[in-house]
Amino acid sequence: MRPLRPEPDGVTYLEEAGRQEGGGQEKAMPAPQFRHIGQKIPRVDGRLIVTGKAPYTQDFYFREMLYGKILRSPHAAAEVINIDLAPALSHPGVMAAIKLTSGRIRYIGEPVAAVAAVDEATAEEALKLIKVEYKVLPFVVSETKAMEQGSPQVLDSPNVQKLFEYTRGNIKEGEAQAEVIIERTYRTSIEVHHPAETHASLAYWKDGQLIVWDSTQAIFSVRDQLARVLNMPANRIRVIKKYMGGGFGSKLGLNDHTVAAALLAREAKRPVKIVMTRRENAYCLGNRPSTLITIRGGARKDGTLTFLHLKNFTGGGVGRGDRCSEPLIDIYRCPNVLVEEYSVFTNTCSSRPTRAPGHVQGTFALEGFMEELAAELKMDPLELRLKNYSEKNLGDTGIPYSSKGLRECYRLGAETIGWSRRNQIPGQGKGKIRRGLGLATQIWWGAGVPGTMADLKIYPDGSVEAICGTQDIGTGTRTYIATIIADTLGLEPQEINIRIGDTDYPWAPSSGGSQTTPSVAPALRDAALKAATRLKAIAAKKLDCPPEKVEIGIRSFVNRDNPEKSISFNEVARELRRVTVFHGERSDLPSGYAFNSFGAHFAEVEVDLETGKIKVIKVVAAHEVGRVVNRLTAESQVIGGVTQGLSASLFEQRLMDDNEGRCITTNLLDYKIATVSDIPEIIPIFVDSPDPRINNLGIKGLGEPPRIPIAAAIANAVFNAIGVHPRQIPMTPDLILSILKKEGEK
Amino acid sequence: MAENIKKGKKGISRRDFLKGLGGGAVGTAVVTHLIKPASAAPSLEPGELLQLSKKVISFVLNGKEIQVEVEPGESLLDLLREKLHLTGTKRICNHGTCGGCTVLVDNQAVYSCLYPAFRAEGKNVLTIEGLAQGEKLHPVQQAFLDHDAYQCGFCTPGFIMATLALLRQKASPSPEEIKVGLNGNICRCGNHLKILEAVKALASQKGGML
Repeated sequence: MRPLRPEPDGVTYLEEAGRQEGGGQEKAMPAPQFRHIGQKIPRVDGRLIVTGKAPYTQDFYFREMLYGKILRSPHAAAEVINIDLAPALSHPGVMAAIKLTSGRIRYIGEPVAAVAAVDEATAEEALKLIKVEYKVLPFVVSETKAMEQGSPQVLDSPNVQKLFEYTRGNIKEGEAQAEVIIERTYRTSIEVHHPAETHASLAYWKDGQLIVWDSTQAIFSVRDQLARVLNMPANRIRVIKKYMGGGFGSKLGLNDHTVAAALLAREAKRPVKIVMTRRENAYCLGNRPSTLITIRGGARKDGTLTFLHLKNFTGGGVGRGDRCSEPLIDIYRCPNVLVEEYSVFTNTCSSRPTRAPGHVQGTFALEGFMEELAAELKMDPLELRLKNYSEKNLGDTGIPYSSKGLRECYRLGAETIGWSRRNQIPGQGKGKIRRGLGLATQIWWGAGVPGTMADLKIYPDGSVEAICGTQDIGTGTRTYIATIIADTLGLEPQEINIRIGDTDYPWAPSSGGSQTTPSVAPALRDAALKAATRLKAIAAKKLDCPPEKVEIGIRSFVNRDNPEKSISFNEVARELRRVTVFHGERSDLPSGYAFNSFGAHFAEVEVDLETGKIKVIKVVAAHEVGRVVNRLTAESQVIGGVTQGLSASLFEQRLMDDNEGRCITTNLLDYKIATVSDIPEIIPIFVDSPDPRINNLGIKGLGEPPRIPIAAAIANAVFNAIGVHPRQIPMTPDLILSILKKEGEK
Repeated sequence: MAENIKKGKKGISRRDFLKGLGGGAVGTAVVTHLIKPASAAPSLEPGELLQLSKKVISFVLNGKEIQVEVEPGESLLDLLREKLHLTGTKRICNHGTCGGCTVLVDNQAVYSCLYPAFRAEGKNVLTIEGLAQGEKLHPVQQAFLDHDAYQCGFCTPGFIMATLALLRQKASPSPEEIKVGLNGNICRCGNHLKILEAVKALASQKGGML
């Protein structure tokens, strides 16, 4: 067990008898401050999940509820001339119909109209009765074709547009200093979120107030955007989300079907539920944009990087795609960097943030490049990375990291996987099955959002309730809230009542970008510390000692100088004489420091040279995310991130029919996702050290980090196994066979 | 639905027609009506047609005998969720590709989205709601909870039911057999490893308590 840093607030626990772990050598270290934080705590709401009682948006059936359906454009590009809703409206069972567009259609699946009917089948029939007159226009869905001169224009501006540029130093100078220069191009395909629970919204109006149950990662964003779209004050809208079946970024903003549900409900004066189909999820609710990234860079013979030049063409459909240069700008010490990123627009649905947007693709390219550069330099790839290790952001040219445990991640990861077993020369093995090891580095944000609020209620009977307008997107938010309150007040997590997922509660940010825990946990901790101060003052009077002499024990307050004297938590709470609310807030981030999380993945693979099949044997995932709050759910995050990344690396690919402009992977057979049979051994490792400045608990977010480096680690392991880098995901057997063939022809 | 029928106009919609076709023996009767007397008796309203093609079935659901009216084309999943509001069984793909809607029919795991509701007649159907005994969780549920063998929890009922079917077939499956048994289920959060750990722990327990 690692030593825990002393807390600034002075709240400490009485040492439980026999609790101190490790024996002799541990004795010099501070007594464990937290009884639950850092341990493996099963979810406090686990019973609801395993009994099927956890309420997800689509599980609600209100009296008089109608079912909504969206009519979507069958054309990839068109002008809508006229929409006739009358035939649908006169269909039996149809209670309302609305138009959702009046103008230009830019992709297949763009919403055109919506209906609400007494059941889903009737709503579907009604859609077929809506008469839409289109003027069909030329379209383009392939990024390659969209970039060609004279191809149909997707927006009212050119198909290729500058997205981002960055420069530091001078790459010409860097090039002059380089002794080895390589240029490599990496591609990543479009990946679809496919959350288990498809998107769904249920809306109804009551006394001029709009209430929306939504499957969303962002209740406050949905509320504020709804207010704008419906042109009504935000204080008349309430958005609720209790449980959500996955989002991965696809549920971060307001959706067309949510607006449709609200409008249809207003029209029909009845609740309206709209549940997206799996098919709709496949082709019109976002995806991770494709990339075509070229990195040219150079180093001295000892591995010192002298310049890096990244060029990216990213395809986000009618959206702008992802900026992917962040890892390259930040991770390695390099004085001369040039970045040029371009959006390529096509007539496909807009991409959306997808777990670690930009970083997944950017890391695939950067870490592939580093591996190939190491091979060119005949260096250990890990040594190359350590050679260019940075302590400050922007490649050692910016401000210092408040904490950076990457070196420890490298060390623990390499040790656990047995890094010395790798092929010293890529592809040096023999036989039909080739083994290889690869590694990749991760950087992400995840410092949390200052100003996040939470309330803690203490009832005079000693019961406690935590209230925060955050949302649990599957990570175990309720559990860490309960754990933090329990550890601050000397209670048990199970006894804290948790209320989250409602815009009537104090504000919290969207649950995306690894920001939920480092936003919400400190706010709750702040509220609980304020409660502790108040309760200690009451206890001090009872114990007849100054408040600073009062310590929090288990369900009790104790006089530190005289541990025999104590008073129970309930007795002290009773003295509050009313329900008392303690308001907590996540404080500002100190300036002058960069706050990032770090990690390194090590993968071991087998490649079958005859079939081209890749089998991932083992993944060691080492992460530094500050203090680990709940080791059990943290492990799940890492295992989940690795598995999703493995699935995207080997199988997942959205395919389009270029001639029809249509998505052809519209179900989970055609769009293949990993199952239990594909899962390797996964070993999560945490460098568990609280950041000294980031917040009152020293925690960073963990949502995105485990998703970031895995594809690169697997690709690099394949490179180590067969001596040729795939440079593309997904790494399907046909890709591997084709690169082996090309290599053989050389 | 009632309003739909009341507001019904003349003629038969495609849906009612298809429903008539899909109803097995009852359906055949309806089609006969449709082809023969329909022309002779144009007064047949869509509502009546639908009524004719419906069928009352009885089966054991979570240990209790129930009687319920089902429509042709209605899946067991539709029946459970939309009609009986047993929402623990989840609709993930509605296509027989993900296992999210797995329930047990006579101890066999089935994808309820592909299973016609009328076929449940006389059978024993077990859903996630039928596992816990009051406050006491079923051992499979407890194992999933203890191992954090879920994240968002949406695929969990399906995985738990698939696990139960597997363990009822074989109390101590090997790791390979566990993988085969659970291969028809998708966990999009990717927590398969924890699921496998939970099931391995159950498989190593002695006794036929499941």
